[in-house]
Amino acid sequence: MSFEYKVTGGDFTHAGYASSQVKKMLKQLGVDSTIIKRVVVCLYEAEVNIVAHAYDGVINIVLDADNIFMKLTDNGPGIADIEMAMQKGYSTASPEVREMGFGAGMGLPNISANADRFIITSEPGRGTSLEITINLSGTVA
Amino acid sequence: MKVEEICSVLNGQLVCGSNMVNREVTHAFASDLMSDVLTVNCSNLLLITGLTNVQAIRTAEMSDIECILFVRNKMVTPEMKDLAEELGITLITCPVTMFRAAGELYRAGMKPLF
Repeated sequence: MSFEYKVTGGDFTHAGYASSQVKKMLKQLGVDSTIIKRVVVCLYEAEVNIVAHAYDGVINIVLDADNIFMKLTDNGPGIADIEMAMQKGYSTASPEVREMGFGAGMGLPNISANADRFIITSEPGRGTSLEITINLSGTVA
Repeated sequence: MKVEEICSVLNGQLVCGSNMVNREVTHAFASDLMSDVLTVNCSNLLLITGLTNVQAIRTAEMSDIECILFVRNKMVTPEMKDLAEELGITLITCPVTMFRAAGELYRAGMKPLF
């Protein structure tokens, strides 16, 4: 199964819609609740990152019997120093994003902690891509 | 601790989830930082926050949190209420500060996470 969701930068009202849909789908499929939580924490943090930092983005979800693969690609400023961005507490978020309860530099480390496989690539001035894989059987991919 | 006990201890008002006054929460976590909330792994958890926007509800959804307490009489917007009702999340408002809410609930037997 595969799904695609569009994300609009700055639209905090609808941030989390895609994550919510994926959560509902995984519950319907009877996936273990602890794995669902890891999936949606990763996806929600990544979705909010697009809303907070990019102009727009696309989420592609591919689900099979063993894994869920989530690819989030955005058009935005990109990340100049990924190593720095992966450090807890580092953030370039605006005051408006911080007022929404995000932008404390915890999102990317949180994704990394919950994903079985996490690849982040970025081109400054163009955008960022996240590839997140979680094994649905609960064993590390 | 039941939802109705939380309301009683803090002079709180149930905003939505009136059919869930007997819902039980055992632990509480106080934060305005939603990424911090997303790191928490605990069932039957009460989120205490001063952050009143839709993302507080979304964060609770992702974290499997079924009850949120908003402090200092913060206004719950219609969008927040609609989403919480759709998701079955109980919302409570109370007049006291986050510090006092946490203290009163701790004294009444609510457990901290760490």
